[in-house]
Amino acid sequence: MTPSTPENTPDIAIEFDRVSKSFGQRNKKHRVLNEISFTIPRGLTTVIAGGSGQGKSVTLKLILGLLYPDSGRVLVDGINVPSLNKRELLKLRTRFGVLFQGSALFDSLTVFENIALPLRERTKMSEDEIRSRVMATLDQLELSGHEDKFPAQLSGGMKKRVGLARALQLEPEIVLFDEPTTGLDPVMTREIYQLFDSMQKRLGYTAVIVSHDIPGVFDIADQIILLNKGEVDVFTDVNEIIHSTKPYIREFAEMTMGDLFTRPEKEKCH
Amino acid sequence: MAETTITPEEEPPALALPFIFLGDHVLYILTDLGRMGIFLFSALVGIFRRPFRFRELLKQLNFIGAGSLAVIFFTALSSGMVLGLQGYYSLHKFGAEGMLGSAVSLTLIMELGPILTALMVTGRAGSAMCAEIGIMRISEQIDALECMAIDPFRYLISPKFLAALISVPLLTAVFDIVGIFGGYLAGVGLMGVNSGSFLSGMQQSVTNHDIRLGVIKSIVFALLLVWICAGRGYLVQQIRGAGFGAESVSRVTTQAVVLSSISVLIFDYLLTAVLL
Repeated sequence: MTPSTPENTPDIAIEFDRVSKSFGQRNKKHRVLNEISFTIPRGLTTVIAGGSGQGKSVTLKLILGLLYPDSGRVLVDGINVPSLNKRELLKLRTRFGVLFQGSALFDSLTVFENIALPLRERTKMSEDEIRSRVMATLDQLELSGHEDKFPAQLSGGMKKRVGLARALQLEPEIVLFDEPTTGLDPVMTREIYQLFDSMQKRLGYTAVIVSHDIPGVFDIADQIILLNKGEVDVFTDVNEIIHSTKPYIREFAEMTMGDLFTRPEKEKCH
Repeated sequence: MAETTITPEEEPPALALPFIFLGDHVLYILTDLGRMGIFLFSALVGIFRRPFRFRELLKQLNFIGAGSLAVIFFTALSSGMVLGLQGYYSLHKFGAEGMLGSAVSLTLIMELGPILTALMVTGRAGSAMCAEIGIMRISEQIDALECMAIDPFRYLISPKFLAALISVPLLTAVFDIVGIFGGYLAGVGLMGVNSGSFLSGMQQSVTNHDIRLGVIKSIVFALLLVWICAGRGYLVQQIRGAGFGAESVSRVTTQAVVLSSISVLIFDYLLTAVLL
């Protein structure tokens, strides 16, 4: 594994260093990320936002080592993910929890079995210990009584909660959320964000949320990373986006948050 | 995928286009073969990785093996009876009806048993296997396994490989026995061939070498069908022209069944030529 470098201060969990990534064949190559650099602080919630096809999910897959960058470094605690071999990558992934866009629950397993899977496969816990731990998690996430159901019998919001429960079983240091509220109604979306926020504050993990649900997701963000046409902008507050002077950010803000929301206060009064 | 930045490249001269097309396809085929090779290696290594998934193995044995028994039984019975009738019709012309037992059993043990069993299992279990793994791939369930640091080969693919390698030779044996019984029914029961000459002809002509050939074929066919069906499902997102979503799974499943069936037939010839 690549040793920690001095520039990686301890409070940085993830760092992208001049990362580029393209897709397609030689004559139809599309550059999704263009030498982007940013850092994700430890123990906080970072939202990666941007329009469709701007490389948000690619960013997550690069962090997990499911994709490799064309150039640049993706550092997790100073370890360059693309340089890891398969075994080192598997070891690194034990530190992650991932909630996928479609929850990625195993259709043939019950809710209980889905949540127990990482414990059964990755730990030496007894069945009794696993049962008590899974039941406690189900209780925390208000899923008690649904443990024997199959994913097909659950609502969208419940699937997300089961996905979150599974992602948190191995007590990960970093939890990645890929478009976690896709397909949910606004009320459920709000509930899910509140749940994410409370779980993050309770457990203290580093949360990275990829979402196009703007401005809703900004409510729980400590840092916002905006991806646009292969470039990256980092904000610590939604007001920074609203008051940005960069034309494409203003355009993005108006398109996603609405004209009324982004118009300066004086104009709103008239 | 995002179309954020299009990297401009010079248009190649028109004369070079056929070569570019050909080269592109050759490269794709080589890459695909490479991926399938790595898949096979990983699946075989996964069989020996701990912890063993004994319950999953039993489930797959039940699905591939026990679940295919009915279709194997009826295919074998009908094939054996047809062989009995056809064999009688041909041998009767030379007054050699006594050779019927030998003809039916050798044809079934060396050729029809392994081939038809492999084709039936491909159609019934191979297609289901391909679709199941393909759906797990596109719904990110396999990504989820990798993200939980669970080896998808050990967890998901290798039990299917082991189950196929155990089930298909056993199903082939069942096919042979039922097929010979079907041939006996048609030849002895319907056409009046002497029972003793049918059985003794079979006993005298079938050697250990013939049985070994049938067993080797069934093992090779099992490996081929599970490799191609599971592999195409696993690589569904990397197969050119497969499309996206549910459509890609349906196309790749069809492709897997066709490829698997053709491979079985080609390897049947090769194995017969080498081992006979």
